[in-house]
Amino acid sequence: MTVMTYRDALNAALREEMRRDDRVFLMGEEVAVYQGAYKVSKGLLQEFGEMRVVDTPITELGFAGVGVGAAMVGLRPIIEFMTWNFALLALDQVVNAAAKMLYMSGGQFAMPMVFRGPNGAALQLGAQHSQAWESWLAHIPGLKVVAPGTPADAKGLLKAAVRDDNPVIVLEGEMLYNMKGEVPDGDHVIPLGVAEVKRVGEHVSLISYGKMVNVALQAADALARDGVHAEVLDLRTLRPMDVPAIVATVRKTNRCVVVEEGWELCGLGAQVADYVQREAFDWLDAPVLRVHQAEAPMPYARTLEKHAKPDVAKTVAAARKVLYLD
Amino acid sequence: MMARKKPDAASAALNRELLHSMLLQRRFEERTAEAYALGKIGGFCHLYIGQEAVSTGSLSQLRPDDYVITTYRDHGQALARGMTPRAVMAELFGRSDGCARGKGGSMHMFDKQLGFLGGHGIVGGHIPIATGVGFAIKYRGGDQVCVCFFGEAAINNGAFHEAANMAALWKLPVIYVIENNRYGMGTAIERASAINDIYERAQSYDMARDVVDGQDVFAVREAIGKAVQRARADSMPTLLEVRTYRFMGHSMSDAVSGTYRTKDELEEYLKRDPIALLRSRMEEAGEISADEIAAMDAEVKAVVQDALDFADASPELPLEALWENVLVDTTSDAGAMPARAG
Ligand SMILES: Cc1ncc(C[n+]2csc(CCOP(=O)(O)OP(=O)(O)O)c2C)c(N)n1
Ligand SMILES: [Mg+2]
Repeated sequence: MTVMTYRDALNAALREEMRRDDRVFLMGEEVAVYQGAYKVSKGLLQEFGEMRVVDTPITELGFAGVGVGAAMVGLRPIIEFMTWNFALLALDQVVNAAAKMLYMSGGQFAMPMVFRGPNGAALQLGAQHSQAWESWLAHIPGLKVVAPGTPADAKGLLKAAVRDDNPVIVLEGEMLYNMKGEVPDGDHVIPLGVAEVKRVGEHVSLISYGKMVNVALQAADALARDGVHAEVLDLRTLRPMDVPAIVATVRKTNRCVVVEEGWELCGLGAQVADYVQREAFDWLDAPVLRVHQAEAPMPYARTLEKHAKPDVAKTVAAARKVLYLD
Repeated sequence: MMARKKPDAASAALNRELLHSMLLQRRFEERTAEAYALGKIGGFCHLYIGQEAVSTGSLSQLRPDDYVITTYRDHGQALARGMTPRAVMAELFGRSDGCARGKGGSMHMFDKQLGFLGGHGIVGGHIPIATGVGFAIKYRGGDQVCVCFFGEAAINNGAFHEAANMAALWKLPVIYVIENNRYGMGTAIERASAINDIYERAQSYDMARDVVDGQDVFAVREAIGKAVQRARADSMPTLLEVRTYRFMGHSMSDAVSGTYRTKDELEEYLKRDPIALLRSRMEEAGEISADEIAAMDAEVKAVVQDALDFADASPELPLEALWENVLVDTTSDAGAMPARAG
């Protein structure tokens, strides 16, 4: 084990995969000379050169399409979006091209590529820079979607994403890049589609993913002080979702709170709740509750932003509610 | 009578191939329209009739290892690239022997073996993909080229500009062919583009550009030949505007004329049918006789009939096929770069 930041874990994953396979290249805005808007690609230009670490003009639609074309003829592109807010301009390529090429070509053209970058809100960045798109992306057949919440998962899931022969969306987090954690040494690859119990408990299940896993873990700490033992399930992959892991934890604790980053309507937690009611209905002792962003664009003002975001206090309150403690 | 130039055997043979290719597309699509009317083909279906000199003229200049990518108006190019009429017709019928297993349909013809990277349905969306193919060619150090076809309406789309800028900036071997058939659905070019000489858009990117008569297969061949040379030898892109006309409606539901274009205009353009023009050039040069043309036509018609019979007999997809090809269930652990992947 080595302690490193989430940023360095991603950097190590990129470096190792680029060394392993010369078809892998990184492309995006400011990835090369500037070393990455969030320094995730630090040192890669120096090691791999400008053909494999490619700065692009500010053309999300264009360079996402360049990635699709390169993948069609045998390369393995990693397309970095400075943030997923800007990737909205590229969704045509992600959704209409990458996710469908294999299907509409009758199995001829696979898309071994990665689209990655930070997703969701950071701090006081305002309405256009604080959005969480996981439910949009996880909605699309033909994509895989991962949302690592720790440095170890960041490295292991990104490496798996690069090796996968399908288009994989990697949702990182601006607030996570500085987070430190233990990362297994060696070729650490985490299979896609497998959730992980991050904390064992028996009273209530907190189901989460990405940055929010850390909120759920802190909420579990707070609940423990009152003698409530929460189990924290980290989905890690949002598509395909590890339904057996969801069902197992809910059948064990009989209560479920989903902690998600996006808005409520059609959000990711709605899908989790659907799996739970179908597969664990008779085990439930309370309705499934969801902790999510308030149904408003993200405000800039500090107090309003805090009010809008899912957080530890809201998670604790939801857990107490499904336990009928308040 | 004027003395005829003695036909040159090599060029006569080539011209026959060009004529055959164009005639095949024409007869194929005439029967496609019939099959559509009979309900054997569904959905959107965009015919290429009138534009055959563009596909044939362009693709006759490519090597087998080059790449082609195009729009939803893709039957002609698929055939001109060498896909079998059987595979294309079976795809139109949505059957399992189609070139995309019946999962693509009229707008999405694909053939990996032929480097045919698909018909694409989002206007402008495939233009950056072509730039990416050019990037991959350069990345691998190859000397292939990628030809990308799109309509004149796509030139106003942001995807075109983003893709063209990167191709010029990075010096990629891509040939962007605008098939200017004057209309994007019902909108005439003058009503959509601030300039009418749209090949000049390449100036913004310091890209080589050219404009050519798209009803003249030789002119298309010559212009594409230069662009291919520029791409292959110097890894430089070209924007080539080919002026052509579609003789049919935009798609099967669109009347041939009446709303956005007049019958007179259509009739004027019909005088410059690319197949008739080539045929009379060949007849004048003494390269082909009326009997030989009739024989070629009969042969092509039989090939198309065979394709229809084949498509009719081709099995429907089993229902399990719905779930197939959504994802690949493999992961790569190989590291070496093949000389020509894809
Ligand atoms: C992004 C997008 N917008 C609208 C459409 C609907 N549409 C399909 S074809 C077409 C006209 C395109 O004209 P042009 O590019 O000139 O090609 P042509 O059909 O003439 O071959 C339109 C508007 C679409 N497919 N994609
Ligand atoms: Mg047009």
